Amino acid sequence: MKQFLPSLALALGLLIGAAPAHAESGPALLSSGANVNDQASLQRGAKLFFNYCVGCHSLKYMRYSRMAADIGLSEQDVMQNLNFTGARFDDPVISHMPPALATHWFGKAPPDLSLEVSARGADWVYTYLNSFYLDPHSPIGWNNTVLPNAAMPFPLSELQGMQTAVMKPGSQDEVEKLTLTHPGSMTPAQFQQATRDLTNFLDYVSEPAALQRHKYGIWVLLFLVVFTMLAYLLKKEYWKDVH
Amino acid sequence: MSNVLTRLGDWVTERAPNMMPAYRKHMTEYYAPKNFNLWYYFGSLAFLVLINQIVTGIFLTMNYNPSAAGAFDSVQYIMRDVEWGWLIRYMHSTGASLFFVVVFLHMFRGIMYGSYKKPRELVWLLGMLIYLALMAEAFMGYVLPWGNMSFWGAKVIISLFGTIPVIGNGLVEWIMGDFLPGDATLNRFFALHVIALPLVLLLLVVLHLAALHEVGSNNPDGVEIKKGPKGNRWSALAPADGIPFHPYYTVKDIVGVGFFLLIAAFIIFFAPTLGGWFLEHDNSIMANNLVTPAEIKPVWYFTPFYAIVRMIPSFLGSAVWGVLAMFGAIAVLFLFPWLDRGKVKSIRYRGTGFKVALAVFVLAFIGLGAVGAGVTAEVIPEWFGNVDLTTWENLFGRVMTALYFGFFAFLWAYTYFGWEKTKPVPDRVTMHD
Repeated sequence: MKQFLPSLALALGLLIGAAPAHAESGPALLSSGANVNDQASLQRGAKLFFNYCVGCHSLKYMRYSRMAADIGLSEQDVMQNLNFTGARFDDPVISHMPPALATHWFGKAPPDLSLEVSARGADWVYTYLNSFYLDPHSPIGWNNTVLPNAAMPFPLSELQGMQTAVMKPGSQDEVEKLTLTHPGSMTPAQFQQATRDLTNFLDYVSEPAALQRHKYGIWVLLFLVVFTMLAYLLKKEYWKDVH
Repeated sequence: MSNVLTRLGDWVTERAPNMMPAYRKHMTEYYAPKNFNLWYYFGSLAFLVLINQIVTGIFLTMNYNPSAAGAFDSVQYIMRDVEWGWLIRYMHSTGASLFFVVVFLHMFRGIMYGSYKKPRELVWLLGMLIYLALMAEAFMGYVLPWGNMSFWGAKVIISLFGTIPVIGNGLVEWIMGDFLPGDATLNRFFALHVIALPLVLLLLVVLHLAALHEVGSNNPDGVEIKKGPKGNRWSALAPADGIPFHPYYTVKDIVGVGFFLLIAAFIIFFAPTLGGWFLEHDNSIMANNLVTPAEIKPVWYFTPFYAIVRMIPSFLGSAVWGVLAMFGAIAVLFLFPWLDRGKVKSIRYRGTGFKVALAVFVLAFIGLGAVGAGVTAEVIPEWFGNVDLTTWENLFGRVMTALYFGFFAFLWAYTYFGWEKTKPVPDRVTMHD
């Protein structure tokens, strides 16, 4: 028993570390540092989402009302500052972009982002948002190192500015690094924080229950510790007959 | 109050005279060896998880929509709009994986202590049938959320039947009810998952326990307590080394339940996807027959067998060999009681050859799991740099496959030809705590 629990903890740790292959091959991902319990960050992320993303991307599983309650906004805050589509407070977040036209414009309808972080991971989303660069060969003028030939023109360029790719020596299409050639309204540090907030918000949206999990989980564990201790004492008492 | 209970008891006994004796036979007068160790928790834990799956499953069924158009949305409805739906779903999804964890440990216990040996062959066979039913149950349950990995996993696994000559293609269509996994597939898998297979599982569990209670439990020493001296403090006729299952093992199992629930609750509340092992990232994308996931693979508990399919090359113009090997890898487990001719049950008194072989077998099983889960595809380039991945992965996977099957060949030869040097088995069970 003495060896069992630490080895079990170790095994669990190794398992979580050795996640089965899921990330696509590509450049190493940056760490998003997403923390859905940071409410201020969620509010800033929501503001960015509703100013820069909702024009094209829906969050069809996320209701305005649930979001307001979870990230600490009032109905008034949401309806006046974040809801630009005239939806009711209890409605889900649906973009006004008509999918058929969007497909015509971009070659692919902008995906719903409700589960984007669940599907790709927060680090992927964060890195993606930081990896756009100007590409004169692309039909939309932009490209992305994480998702090559992404169909999305970079919507945050007024904040970050514009990055240009430095190719590997002797290569036409292998990007070595990105450099900021046209500064935007934010400093690089501010922009990283902004994309962290946005990623964090999408992380929350992909699983609003995470807030409840963390809240109740600790009490459940504490209860089980007490329960197990009492069960052990009960067992010891009964087993006096056996020994 | 006790007077009312006594009268109620008498009332029942008058009408069903065998009910109390049955309770005694299986609980208070079922004498289990007193030297059970940690490995003996996993049977009762498997039962606990079965109950959890049934209860949480009932509540999921109330809100799930078994149609290709609605299934994925209804899972998100459960996660977001149903009161405590997220908890019920995570208990079910975590329970599914933990079911296999405890069943694997339970089976390993049986192998370690020779619990499948005479007179318990039937217990082992019924247990193996439970394992088979459980795999079918888990596979169909995995399809229901209708994520992209559900879809492609179902397609790949069902397609395995397509390798069977002549009838293969027809069989695949018959299983799916369509040319691709679709509405028909989802509906029949739902029916099988929520009613047919659970009934089979429950019946098999009852038979597994009935068969066990006829012959009595084995123990870490592999000593038959029924053949030992009689008489303990509860009964003059019962085995001296036996103790009543209730209350002694029920209170002990509750301690095991406490530890187990601590681990389960940690996963449910703080890591429900367990880094992609219990809930896969690609299943957060709705089923789409036009978008193939980067790597199609089953959930972790199927990966060792899936690896065997991948590792066996097709020859004579057919890919059926890998499928046969996969089913063979499961079928051979049924034969444990007849492949192992050793007279000594417990690993404590068995030869070094058995101990080494069993360790190799476990490593081969884990190694195959790593191949099937795509772990080797990640670590080989990481550890060995720019090498030919397919060659090295195939080499590793085939060696592991050979070791997996080799274990059974060795076990048979080792015990059949009397090469095993065993230690003397004590007459009575030994206590270590």
